[in-house]
Formats: sequence, structure tokens, C-alpha cells
Amino acid sequence: MTHASVHNEILDTLAASAMPVNSLQQQALQEFIRLGLPGPKNEEYKHTPISRVLEKSINPSLPFQSEGKVPDEKLWKLNSIPAYQVVFLNGKFVAKQSQLPQGIDIIPMHTARDLQVVSDHLGKYADFKSDSFTAWNTAAWTDGIFINIPEDYTVDTPIILYYLHDATAGQVKSITRNLIIAGKNSKVTIVEKWFTQGSDAVISNTVSEILLREKTSVNHVVVQTDDSNHIQYLHNQFWQEAESLLNSYVITLSGMFIRNNTRVALDGACESHLYGLYLLKDNAFTDNHTVVDHRKPNAFSNELYKGVLDGKSNGVFNGKIYVRQGAQKTNAFQSNRNLLLSDQAVAHTKPQLEIWADDVKCSHGCTVGQLDEDALFYLRARGIDKETAKAMLLYAFAAEVIETLPHDGIKNFLDTLIRDRLHNSF
Amino acid sequence: MLTIRNLYARVGDKEILKGIDLEVKAGEVHAIMGPNGSGKSTLAAVLAGREDFEVTDGSVEYLGKNLLEMEPDERAREGIFLAFQYPVEIPGVSTINFMKTAVNQVRIHRGQEPLDAVSFLQLMKEKMKLVDIDQALLSRSLNEGFSGGEKKRNEIFQMAMLEPRLAILDETDSGLDIDALKIVANGVNKLRSKDNAIIVVTHYQRLLNYIVPDFVHVLYKGRIVKSGGKELALELESKGYDWIKSEAEVA
Ligand SMILES: Nc1ncnc2c1ncn2[C@@H]1O[C@H](COP(=O)(O)OP(=O)(O)OP(=O)(O)O)[C@@H](O)[C@H]1O
Ligand SMILES: [Mg+2]
Repeated sequence: MTHASVHNEILDTLAASAMPVNSLQQQALQEFIRLGLPGPKNEEYKHTPISRVLEKSINPSLPFQSEGKVPDEKLWKLNSIPAYQVVFLNGKFVAKQSQLPQGIDIIPMHTARDLQVVSDHLGKYADFKSDSFTAWNTAAWTDGIFINIPEDYTVDTPIILYYLHDATAGQVKSITRNLIIAGKNSKVTIVEKWFTQGSDAVISNTVSEILLREKTSVNHVVVQTDDSNHIQYLHNQFWQEAESLLNSYVITLSGMFIRNNTRVALDGACESHLYGLYLLKDNAFTDNHTVVDHRKPNAFSNELYKGVLDGKSNGVFNGKIYVRQGAQKTNAFQSNRNLLLSDQAVAHTKPQLEIWADDVKCSHGCTVGQLDEDALFYLRARGIDKETAKAMLLYAFAAEVIETLPHDGIKNFLDTLIRDRLHNSF
Repeated sequence: MLTIRNLYARVGDKEILKGIDLEVKAGEVHAIMGPNGSGKSTLAAVLAGREDFEVTDGSVEYLGKNLLEMEPDERAREGIFLAFQYPVEIPGVSTINFMKTAVNQVRIHRGQEPLDAVSFLQLMKEKMKLVDIDQALLSRSLNEGFSGGEKKRNEIFQMAMLEPRLAILDETDSGLDIDALKIVANGVNKLRSKDNAIIVVTHYQRLLNYIVPDFVHVLYKGRIVKSGGKELALELESKGYDWIKSEAEVA
């Protein structure tokens, strides 16, 4: 079989999973077919061989398992903090496992899709004309969650979205689509987490559109710890109005193949903090593409992504900052720092700034380096064994990313996760 | 306690130590002096286990063991302490948080119970007083933005916490004001006992007024070219190194 024909078969298989029910979906499907699967010539996927990985993992002649069993809670549930939970299995909402907050609209997407407010917003923020996987998601999602937080409402307890996969009896595709509207002056913390049981291939595609109305405060935390045969595409599109505050965290502790798009449109004098951490080993691959789009004046954005790469792992960071013509007095900062622990690990980092306004403060910096040998020797010269000293230095490097996380429970949870990971594995 | 015989060490193609012989007994204080670039810090680093330096000949015996076969952390747990000439900055790691790990690893190695948080704090408070150092400083990222004197005091604080058998102080006096010098010397003198030994690398006689050495050695071009009692330091102070250099060249 030629390369092109496998490619097409995968494309056909994925396209066939779409059953457009409205013009948005029809349009998105056409875009998906027009865009095709990204190859190495696609600038946005230059170092991200997602099509090749799909060809290797997905068998077009076999069906996808849409049914399955919810894995044991112990394996995926975050127990250390009280939280609401929204559970999906193989891309479908599981009512029985979910615990939804009262006082806000929180509705599975397969029913919410008929609401006016949903059709007013869905597909308006996440651009499906430039990325095939977002196009595919828009055309073919099976479920998701719609969360509508009323004005002046504070949801203190975090809402955790669990995307579970049962891959014990065949390959799985999990296509979920969320819409979150944080009403004026509301506050909420959202967490996303994945877990796969079984060793068959999983392709997951999660796209969320998150609208921050005026004066909202949103913490958004992505926790990627899924250690399976899982190819993950994630696109979080934030849209911020004036005086809103976003704290976005993308924490990747394991994963075979991950592409994250984190995009923020600052459509008012607002504030965004984008943090990312990827701790990769063996053959793990993680790509973070971020876009910070300053559309209006007087907004502030700060971005810090850090990576530790061991084994033959591969990390990609691409950070775009746009400052549009009208966005005077913009402050935009970006930094990507990588530590390579092995000769065979690779980090690709690329900042891209496009600035059309003249009165702005922007800075960016990226580094790829090794663990500081002098620091390591210093700690060892105090009697600390090599492994512990190394873990201490890596922890110090990594912990900066979550240092300012405003939610203590989640911060402690991540802190423990990072500590355990660094003390056990590198 | 420490026996160095005919020690040669190099970095890359560059030979730095060219046959060092030195015997340090328990209870003694040795001062090592010598012009810049003569190899004093290299000797200290080799003793602490720095891997950048390759030992090409000779031997080092410490408490009856082959020191050169031990990992740097093992040497520290066995009681060797190096106060660095240039202490490194480690962002995100505070003195308090790594000293707790260090002290307990050393204690476990010595067959002592690890300290709990309360006893650790108690020990820390006591040693802080000894070197007159502030807790706020110890909670900050190690050496980041510390003044020269603060870095040196922090080294002595760590020494006091770890209670080494053999302390090697590499120019701990440089950059210290008179008061700090006395404090540091006092910290070092507290460690002096019949079981411990101290090697002080310094350029100045001044420190040796406070930490009185039993022996003074002059290191020049990778070799100890002269040894004597504490008077030798005074002689160097007044005459400089030229006479030693010419003596060494002749020999
Ligand atoms: N990593 C290295 N690479 C190359 N040369 C080195 C290295 N470390 C030390 N040297 C050289 O070895 C020689 C001895 O250096 P060392 O630091 O031991 O001197 P020192 O006696 O401590 O001097 P000072 O009194 O200035 O502290 C110097 O010429 C120095 O440049
Ligand atoms: Mg020196």
C-alpha cells in the first residue's frame, strides 16, 4: 500500500465518523477534507508527525469501540480535593459517574446543541479553517459539555472533566467538544484530565471554546498523565473580554503523542497567564502550540512554558504573539525553557512575534540547556546522593510553573504529581 | 586522617597538580597559601570529588579508605566538607530545603535518626546564631543575589550544620569585612577538636590570626614547594612569593 493511500484511508475513516447535522458541521467537514491531514510541509506541524503516527496506530479497516466500561475510579479520580466531575467514556457523557454543580447550566453537548446560546457561540472562536483536527472535531464531535455560569456567580469547587477511554476491546476515537461561558464577574476553576484503560490505540480530539465575559476570573488546568497508546489532540480556545483574568496551565507528565493548541484572544483590557510544563521521557512526544492574540489596547499577557526531556523524547514549543494595530500599550511576555537530560532528546522551540502596534512592551526568550553540573556537584558535596540532587534541581526548575497557581488544592495536587514524577522517573 | 601522595591531576591536556604530598592528622589545622592559579582550588576540588579533574597519578587516603574511589556525595557523608571559593547560585532551591535533606542523609549514614522538622529547626536556629545569619536569607534561593560575604557565611553555616571531620575552606575569608571574618573564624574554631581537621586555603595572614594553623604550605605550579609553621605565613605576608618562586625554580 502506498503512503498516499494509507493517508487517504485514514482521512476517509475520520471523515466518515462525521454525520453533519447542521451547516456548521457541513462546512467543517468540507474544511477537513480540503485541509487533509497535515504532512511535514505544513508549517504548523513541521516537527509533529501526527499523520504518520495515526497511520501506524489506527487501522482503517477495523471499527472504533464506542461502548465500554468505566475504569475503576481509583485509577483516574483526583481524590485529594473536593470537586465536581463531568465524566466521558470514549467520547460520550456518562451521567451516572458525573457529579454536576447546582445553580449553573451544565448540560451534555448532545442535548445542549439545540439551545440558542450554544448555536450562537459554538464554532465562533475555535478556528476550524486552519487546522484539520479542529475542523474534524467541529464536524464529528460526539459529545462534550456546555457550561454556562451566571453573572456574579462563583463556583468555588473545581469542575473536573474526565475523559476516559476503554481501549481493552479495540481502537477508540474520542471526539469531544465543550463550550464554557463564564458570565460577567463570575469565577470558576476547570480541570481537564485523561485516562485510558487497555492497550489498543486511542485517538482523542478535544476542543473547548471558553468565553470570559467582563471581570471574570478563570483558572483552567490541563493535566496530561495518560500513559497509554493514546494520540491526543487538544485545542483550548479562550476569548477574553475587558478586565477578565485567565490562568491557564498545561501540565504534561506523560503521553505517547500529544498536540496541544492553547490560544487566547485578548479582546479587551484584560490579563492572561499561560503556563506549561512538559516532563518527557522514553519516546514521548509533546507539542505545545500557543497563540496570544492581543486585539485591544492595555492588555497584559505572560507566558512561561518549561520542559524537561529525557530518553528519546521530543518536545515542540511554538509561541505566537500577535499585537494588532489597535492594541496599543500591550504588555506581552513569553519564555520557553528546556532542559535536555539525554543526548537523544530533542527540543524544538520557536517564538513568533507579529507586532503591528508601536507603543507596546514585548519580550520573548527561549533556551535549551542541560542540567547545571556545578549546581549538581554543589548539592552532592553536601552529602545528597546524585538521584536526589538531580530531582531537587529538576523540581526547582519545574515548580516555578505552578508557583502562582491560585487554587491551593489543585496546586498541591500538581505539586505532588510533579514531585513523585521527578523522584521516580528521571 | 588524610594522606595525599604524589598526586597529579589535569583538566583536558592541562596538568594542574604535579605531585602533591600532604599529610593531615586529626586535630590539625593546615593552611595552604600560594599565588593565583597555582592549583589550590583544584586540590580542594579533587578532594571533594569534582569529576572535571582527572587524577593521573598518586593516591589519597582518607580515614583508611581510598578517597579517589568515592563519589562526591559519599565523601561528604564520610565527613568531608568543602566551602567553595565561588559558591554556586541555585534558583528555586533554598538553603533550608536542601540542608534538611543533606543533614538527614549524613545522619542516616552515621547511623543516627533523621531529624524531624522541629529538631531540624532547632539545630538550624542554633547554628544560625553561631554564624550570625538571618533565616530570611536561608529561605531564599541559594546564593541568588547574596552579597559576597553572605555567600561565605552561608558556607560556614552549612559546615556547622554538617559537622564534618575534615573541612576544606577555599578562600572563605575573601570578601569578608572584619566583623564577618571574626564570625567565620569563630565558626571554624568551634569545629576544632582532636577528632577533626581543617585545611584553610587563603591569601591572607589576617585569617590565620584567628584560625591559628599548625602548618603552613605554599603551593606553586601544582606542587607544595615549602612547608613550615605559622611563622611562614607571616614571612610570606612581608616578603611576598618571589623568594619562594626563585627557590622553587632553582630546585
Ligand atoms: N576547568 C578548567 N579548565 C581549564 N583550566 C582550569 C580549569 N580549572 C582550573 N584551571 C586552571 O588551573 C590552574 C589552577 O587553578 P586553581 O583554581 O586551582 O588556582 P588557585 O590556586 O585556586 O588560584 P586562586 O588563588 O586564584 O583562587 C589555573 O591556571 C586555572 O586557570
Ligand atoms: Mg582558588
